[in-house]
Amino acid sequence: MRDTPQTFLLDGVPVPFHEGQTILEAARAAGRYIPHLCWHPDFPPHGSCKLCIVKVGGRHVSSCAMPARAGAEVESDTPEMNGERRALLQMLFVEGNHFCPSCEKSGHCQLQALAYDLEMMTPRFNHFYPDRPVDASHPDVLLDFNRCIYCELCVRASRDKDGKSIFALTNRGIHKHLVVNAESGRLGDTDFSGDDLAANICPVGVILRKRVGFAVPIGSRTYDATPIRVVAMQSEDGEGA
Amino acid sequence: MPDPQTASLVDEILARGERRPERLLQMLVQLQEALGYLPADVLTVLAKGLGLPRARVEGVAGFYSFLHLAPVGRYRVLFPDNIIDRMLGTPGLMDRMCRNLWLEPGHVSEDGVASVDTTSCIGMGDQGPSMLVNGHTLTGIDDARIDAICDRIRAGEPVGAWPAEWFRVEDNIRRADLLLDARLAPGEALAAAIALGREGWLEQMHRSNLRGRGGAGFTTAVKWLACRDAAGADKVVVCNADEGEPGTFKDRVLLTRLADAVFEGMTLAAWAVGAQQGFLYLRGEYRYLVEALESTLEARRSAGLLGHCIHGCQGFDFDIEIRLGAGAYVCGEETALLESLEGKRGTPRIRPPFPVTHGYLGRPTVVNNVETLAKTCLIARDGGEWFASHGTAQSTGTKLLSVSGDVARPGVYEYPFGVPVERVLRDAGAEDTLAVQVGGAAGIMLAGYEFGRHIAFEDVPTAGAFMVFDARRDPFEVARNFVHFFAHESCGFCTPCRVGTGLLKGYMDKLADGNGAYRDLADIEWLDRLLKNASHCGLGSSAPNPVIDVLQKFRPAIERRLRSADFQPAFDLDKALERARQMTGRDDAEAHLSNSPEHS
Repeated sequence: MRDTPQTFLLDGVPVPFHEGQTILEAARAAGRYIPHLCWHPDFPPHGSCKLCIVKVGGRHVSSCAMPARAGAEVESDTPEMNGERRALLQMLFVEGNHFCPSCEKSGHCQLQALAYDLEMMTPRFNHFYPDRPVDASHPDVLLDFNRCIYCELCVRASRDKDGKSIFALTNRGIHKHLVVNAESGRLGDTDFSGDDLAANICPVGVILRKRVGFAVPIGSRTYDATPIRVVAMQSEDGEGA
Repeated sequence: MPDPQTASLVDEILARGERRPERLLQMLVQLQEALGYLPADVLTVLAKGLGLPRARVEGVAGFYSFLHLAPVGRYRVLFPDNIIDRMLGTPGLMDRMCRNLWLEPGHVSEDGVASVDTTSCIGMGDQGPSMLVNGHTLTGIDDARIDAICDRIRAGEPVGAWPAEWFRVEDNIRRADLLLDARLAPGEALAAAIALGREGWLEQMHRSNLRGRGGAGFTTAVKWLACRDAAGADKVVVCNADEGEPGTFKDRVLLTRLADAVFEGMTLAAWAVGAQQGFLYLRGEYRYLVEALESTLEARRSAGLLGHCIHGCQGFDFDIEIRLGAGAYVCGEETALLESLEGKRGTPRIRPPFPVTHGYLGRPTVVNNVETLAKTCLIARDGGEWFASHGTAQSTGTKLLSVSGDVARPGVYEYPFGVPVERVLRDAGAEDTLAVQVGGAAGIMLAGYEFGRHIAFEDVPTAGAFMVFDARRDPFEVARNFVHFFAHESCGFCTPCRVGTGLLKGYMDKLADGNGAYRDLADIEWLDRLLKNASHCGLGSSAPNPVIDVLQKFRPAIERRLRSADFQPAFDLDKALERARQMTGRDDAEAHLSNSPEHS
C-alpha cells in the first residue's frame, strides 16, 4: 500500500516521489533526465562523478544520493548547472587519455555522449597525459586504463553481483587507479570472464571485448543516432549498450 | 611465497589482530614497521589470512602515504613541507641530507640504504625544523644535526639507538586557562558524572553549550543525544586524534600532558550514550605517543576507570583501543576516519546517514575531537553553567590555539573564546605581521585590517591552527603551498577534488614560474567555484579557500606575477626543445626559439 505521492519541483515542474526515493530516481520515474555517469539503476548510489549535481534551495547536492523532500525546489537543466557539469566533463577528459576517433567505444561511450549532449566544445584545461599501460593478458578482454573515470561500476559489479572482486582502486588523488585481483597485477591471472557483469558494465572504453573491434561501424552506434538523454530514458536498464 | 620467517611474522600479526578485516590497516602498519615495506607476496598471504580479495588489500595499502609497496630503504627520512616548516628552513636541510647521502629526493639510494622525501605537516610547527625517520619524530634539526644523522645512517645504527635528546618534543604551553590549568585528578570528573546519573550528566552538557573543537562546531550534547537515541545497543565512542590540519599541534600537547582527561572524556561520552567500545584514532605522525598512551590506558584499567563496572557502577562497561592512521589528512573527516577505522581506504561516506546512527561497522557512533572530549571533564567537575559563563554566548569555554610561524614564542595558547586576533599576536611576540592563517590550510587568511576580529564560531572559527606571517613573506607562496597540500591529500573519490586540486596546483605553479596571464585568473576563479560547489566533502570544498583569500585580500601578490598578455602558454616552447637539442648536440642560436619569456 502506498500513500499518495508527495511532490517536489524539478526546474519548476512537479515531480511525484515516494519516501526513500532519491531526487534522481524520482525524476527518472517521472521521465525526467538528470545527467549521470557513476549512477546505475541496479546499484546503490555512489556519488563520485558529480555529474548529477543539482541545486536544492541554493545548495549543491548529488541528486543520486539525496533523498527527495516534499516541496523542495530543485534546479537541474539550467545554464548554471549544465555549465558546471560541462566543466566536470572537461576534468574527466583532461585527466585521462581520451582519443575518441580511434576508440572502439566511440559512439557507445557515455562520457563522449554526455560531452556531446552538454555541448563541450574544448577541453579548456591542460591535459595531464598520464602514463597508463594497457593490460592485454586476458584471452577475451582488454583493459585500457587510459579511459578510466573511476565510477567503480566494474568494482561494484564484480564484488556485489559476480561475487569475484576482480577490481579495486589503489593509490589516491590524481594517482588513483584500478588494480586487478592478482599478485602479478595481470587480468589474465584472475578468474575474470567475458560473461561477468563486470565485463559488460563499463560506461567508457576501459573494459573491451577482444576480436569484435568496430563490428558496428562508427556512425551507426547507440549515441550516434540518439542523444544520451533519450537513450538513458528508453533502455530498460537505464543505460545504453 | 614469502620466506618462512616472513610468513610466520604475517601469521603472528594475523593472530594478534584476531584475523579481523577491520584490523587490516593496523596489520599493514605493523608489517611495514617490521619489513620496511609491503612486498607483493606478503599482501597475498595477508589477504588470504583475512579472507579478503587481494585487490582490496592492495587498494588499502596504496591509499596511505606511510605504507609502501616497493622498498624505500632501511632509513626512510621525511621532511614536513608545510609553509611553516619551509620558513624554518627544511628545504635547505633536506638538500644537505641528500648531498651527504648521495641521493635524489623521492628516490632510494643506489645501495638501498636510505630515501629522503617530503610529507605533509607532522604537527611540530613549534619545535624548530623537524623530521620523521622510520616513523620516529626528530626535532630541533640544524646543519650539524643533519651531518650527525647521516653519519649514523651510513654506520647502519638503528634509529632506536640514536641519542634520546634528538627526539625530545617540548610542550611549549605559553598560556593556560580553564583546561590547561585545571589539574584534574584521574576519575574526578567521572565520579561527578556518575553521581549525576546519565540524564543529569547530559543535562549539564546541554547547559554547557559545548561545541566541537575539531572545526565544524556542532553542539556536542546534541550529537550525544542523537547517538543515545539511535537504534542499536552496541554504540561506539571515537576520539578523532588525526590532527592533520597544517599548523595544528594542540592535540599533540593534550595527548602528552592531559591523556587522562582525553580518555576520561571518552568515558564520559560512553556514560552519556551507553557505549561499551571506544577507539582513539591516532595519526601515524604521532606514532611516538603510543607507548605512553597505552600505559595511561593500563593505569586507568587498574584504577577501575576502564573495563567492567567502571567506578563500581553496575552495568557501566567501557574500554578503549588505540588505532593508528598511516598518513592521510582526509581521515580527519569523520566518515573517512570511520572507513579507515574499519581497515578500509579513507574515502568519505555519503551523508546521510550520519555516524550517530550508522558509524563504525554500521553502529551508532559518536566522533569527537581530542580537545572537545578533554573539555567535557571540566563540565562534569565544575558544571555546565560554570563552563558556559566563559567565552561568548555562542562559543562557550576556551579554545586552544597552536601558534607558529613569525612569532617570538611559538606554542600552545589557551584563551576564552572571543579573544581578538591582535591579542594573540601580541602575546606570542609577533612583529610586523602581514597575515595570519587561522584554522589551517582549510581555514581563513586574515589581513592586517582584520586583526581586530575575534576567535569564535560566530566570527573566525578555527580548529586551532594559527600561522603567522610577517612582512617578509609572500601570501601567494603561502596559498600555493596549501594548494599543493590539498592536491597531495585529495582522496581522489570525486571528480572535482581529484582533478580540480591538481589543476589548481598547475595554475599556481604557472603563476610562480612567471607564465601567468589574466585569463588564468578567470580559470582559477572558475575552479574555485567548482571545488566549492561540487566536492564530495570538506577537503575539496575548502581547498580553494587560500586562493580565494589571496585573490581578495592580497591581489597585488598575484597580479605582479602576471604578464600583460591575455593568454600565456603554461609551457616554455624553447625549453620544450631542450631534449631535441641534447639529442642533436646543438646549442646554437638557430636551435632556439625566440618566443621564450626572456625574448618576448
